[in-house]
Amino acid sequence: MKVLVNTIVNGAPVQEAVTPRSSLADFLRDDLGLTGTHLGCEMGACGACLVLLDGAPVHACLVLAVQAEGGRIETIEGLTETGAVADLQESFHDRNALQCGYCTSGMLMSAQALLARNAAPSRDEIRDALSGNYCRCTGYEAIVDAIAATGRARAVTAAPANTEAAE
Amino acid sequence: MTLHIGQPQRRENARRHLAGRGRFVSDLALPRMLHAVFVRSPMAKGRILGIDIEAASLCPGVVRIFTAADLNPRCQPWVGTLDHFAGMQSPPMNILAEESVLWTGHPVAMILARSRAEAEDAADRVLVDIEDAEPVTGGVPVLQPGAARANDAADSNLCYEALLQTPDVDRAFAGAAHVVEAGFTFGRHTAVTLEPRAVVADYDPSSGALTVHQGTQTPYQFQDVYARHFGLPEGKVRVIAPDVGGSFGMKLHVYNEEMGAVAASLILGRPVRYVADRLESFVSDIHARDHDVYGRMAVAADGTILAMEIDDLTRIGAVSAYPRTSAAEGNQVIRLMGAPYRMADYRGKLSVAFQNKVQTSQYRAVGHPIACAVTEALVERAAEATGCDSFEIRARNLIADDAYPHVSATGYQFEKLSHQACLARLRGMMDPGALRAEQAALRARGIYRGFGIASFVEITNPGATFYGVGGARISAQDGAVVRMLPSGDIHCAISVTEQGQGTETIIAQVVADQLGVVPERVSVTTGDTATTPSGGATWACRGAGIGGETALRAGRQLRDRILTLAGALVQTDPATLRLAGGAVVDAATGAPRIALEEIGRIATYRPDTLPDGIDHSLTVAHHFAPGGYPFDFTNGIQGSLVEVDVETGLVTLLKHWVVEDCGRIINPLLVDEQIRGGVVQGLGPAFFEECQYDADGQLTNGSLADYLVPMAVEMPDIKIAHIETPTQDTILGAKGVGEAGTAAAGAAAMNAVNDALRPFGACLTQTPMTPLRILDALDAARQERTAP
Repeated sequence: MKVLVNTIVNGAPVQEAVTPRSSLADFLRDDLGLTGTHLGCEMGACGACLVLLDGAPVHACLVLAVQAEGGRIETIEGLTETGAVADLQESFHDRNALQCGYCTSGMLMSAQALLARNAAPSRDEIRDALSGNYCRCTGYEAIVDAIAATGRARAVTAAPANTEAAE
Repeated sequence: MTLHIGQPQRRENARRHLAGRGRFVSDLALPRMLHAVFVRSPMAKGRILGIDIEAASLCPGVVRIFTAADLNPRCQPWVGTLDHFAGMQSPPMNILAEESVLWTGHPVAMILARSRAEAEDAADRVLVDIEDAEPVTGGVPVLQPGAARANDAADSNLCYEALLQTPDVDRAFAGAAHVVEAGFTFGRHTAVTLEPRAVVADYDPSSGALTVHQGTQTPYQFQDVYARHFGLPEGKVRVIAPDVGGSFGMKLHVYNEEMGAVAASLILGRPVRYVADRLESFVSDIHARDHDVYGRMAVAADGTILAMEIDDLTRIGAVSAYPRTSAAEGNQVIRLMGAPYRMADYRGKLSVAFQNKVQTSQYRAVGHPIACAVTEALVERAAEATGCDSFEIRARNLIADDAYPHVSATGYQFEKLSHQACLARLRGMMDPGALRAEQAALRARGIYRGFGIASFVEITNPGATFYGVGGARISAQDGAVVRMLPSGDIHCAISVTEQGQGTETIIAQVVADQLGVVPERVSVTTGDTATTPSGGATWACRGAGIGGETALRAGRQLRDRILTLAGALVQTDPATLRLAGGAVVDAATGAPRIALEEIGRIATYRPDTLPDGIDHSLTVAHHFAPGGYPFDFTNGIQGSLVEVDVETGLVTLLKHWVVEDCGRIINPLLVDEQIRGGVVQGLGPAFFEECQYDADGQLTNGSLADYLVPMAVEMPDIKIAHIETPTQDTILGAKGVGEAGTAAAGAAAMNAVNDALRPFGACLTQTPMTPLRILDALDAARQERTAP
């Protein structure tokens, strides 16, 4: 028995029949072909499957597709297309903050969520915010550097706008 | 010309990953594809009495269920021994367990279904009747005569043993002013690549062609393995390794499941996908280490290291891994002991024992962390015995930088290393005087910090003496095809592979410099046996040293051909021309003579206008095998600063330093991140990572919720410096860097923890150094102090 699920995926409405036990990750990867969301542990530990559901990062392996009914889902593909994480991506690229690339989508989700709630995180705060993201290749330091650099750059570009608003 | 070699070029292929456009095998879906799931033994040892698949075969979506009787005959069994490991034994292995199960997780049946979920549903309905037997899970007693066997097909639990010694070792110990000694235990751990092992085997019965998409480092090795073990012509077997989500040595071994996917595809004529889930990874990916080492060091009164004696017992699985064996790690452990030091005498004994656990084999820095930790811990004890400090004793004993070539007491030949320069540089970075002062001040406040250092060598770029002489079909050579396109752009197809290290980037940099173009004009293809030449691929840090040299030499051949053609076109002696800025230029003045695209245009579309008989083929192929020394060695030294909470046993890693000499640095951005990633893979098993088994051979922490890997919040920032001593064996001079970080990080950390605990007289000799083990060491020291 399949059930219909209505969601907004990367800005576009999607109606799809899914088995009730399908995870959001399997739904995105297998039904919609959005393979930028990766599966590393299927138990919510590694963070490779993080996506944004109504703006907040969730483990797509722990959320059922049917639970996303009515929700807005953003995956790495959508964030790339809108340019929302373009500066983070550039910063990761500059700093070589990825090797095999399997953790990268999840890292970008955590980074984006962190910078949304804390525009100028310290290195310790960045490391803490990555406590649900496994990376086996980089040793993390380059990722911390890339997120810190993006935070600083966003602060600079945001500053004039803030001044204006204050006036 | 080295315009781009040495530059921090970014990785072009990183852009795809950042955009979520990686191409992993686990993403691949093919028409007609079936999903495979394995039913596994829940027991570590036993005899299969029966397998009932009737209920499972009626489950929705199930296409076929295989047991050993109908799957194994399709595959020649494999045997994990090498001829140059004299006397080694390992029973044959095949895809599914036949009579005996040999470890918890041993595949017993294979289910093919339309989806992974349906296959898993059916797996729950397979009834396997196993008469369990007492498993072999222990250490030393398993080697005693008459001990129960882990694998009844072997004549004992001894897989392999070796003895290495110099004639004067006993005399050296007898005459030593001090002998320091300790027993060490190195826990079993595993790679935990974030993308699990993944394979899609696709046999097309209409053409007889087998295409295997596989997350592996070594596609050519698997092309050979599949051809031989399934009786297929090698030319009909294609292995494609696209993006690989981490490998670290773990994905170059032959596994039951990949062989099963190929066999099932051959039988069913449909693509078969197997992607391990994380729980399966823990009970099927190779594990590493699992060594008990007893070590002694003979030291003269002035702190000169005279000799070492080592007894290493390593426990593998119930069979040795194929085709690289499970004995290579122990072999490297006993040969790497004391390697940075002038020490003249040595005895090393190795015993490799079977047991009923997952097989062990090569994982990043094979053997190095063990040899380094034992050596460096004994060096610290020697320092203490002779009143030297950590830097002083190393300065006294490390091979002098002008004393090369040098042969180690274990027989390794070193071309040229830079231990003393690395030590001096590390001393400058760490400022040990300031650290000691800080340590003393903090101790007064009940805060216990310590630092430790560890010198190392790392084996890289092995030639054919590594595996080839032992009869293994593992290539020591690599190949490249470099061609100029009609546009003047360059393409390089090469046998070294990419798992995110930046292989394709450094190859583009090397080729670009030979042909006078920017790296952006060089596209690189890797990881497909149909489109790249055969070679060893990526392991043992071969990518830069062997792959880079292959690309360099191929690039130079193409350069010569382009210059010959250009000479004919501009009617000039080619010897007066060179390549620069995307054009042929006058060698003396740099004045442009003819653009590459013009040569490409004429050679491709108007060869009729060229002089008769001139070779206008703009494609060259070149294969390179390392010559000269049997392998290269890199060297370096690491330092670690830690704080130990003596109430909880928790360790905070405050800082880590690395001074590394990897020869010519092709790309400093990538080199530094290889070192950092390697260090963290060394710190992981030093503090967190351990595959814990109970006495019944059950892995008790085989999930990512239970098995700890290093996380961002626990890891320190890592300071890196370089000394550059290029090898003279190649034009490029690169030696490789992938494993250096892992080699010595744990050793430095163990010395640091023990330095912190020195006021208590406590000493750790087991990894991982968990809080519990640290508290136990403190307790033991306390009891020793209070004993009458």
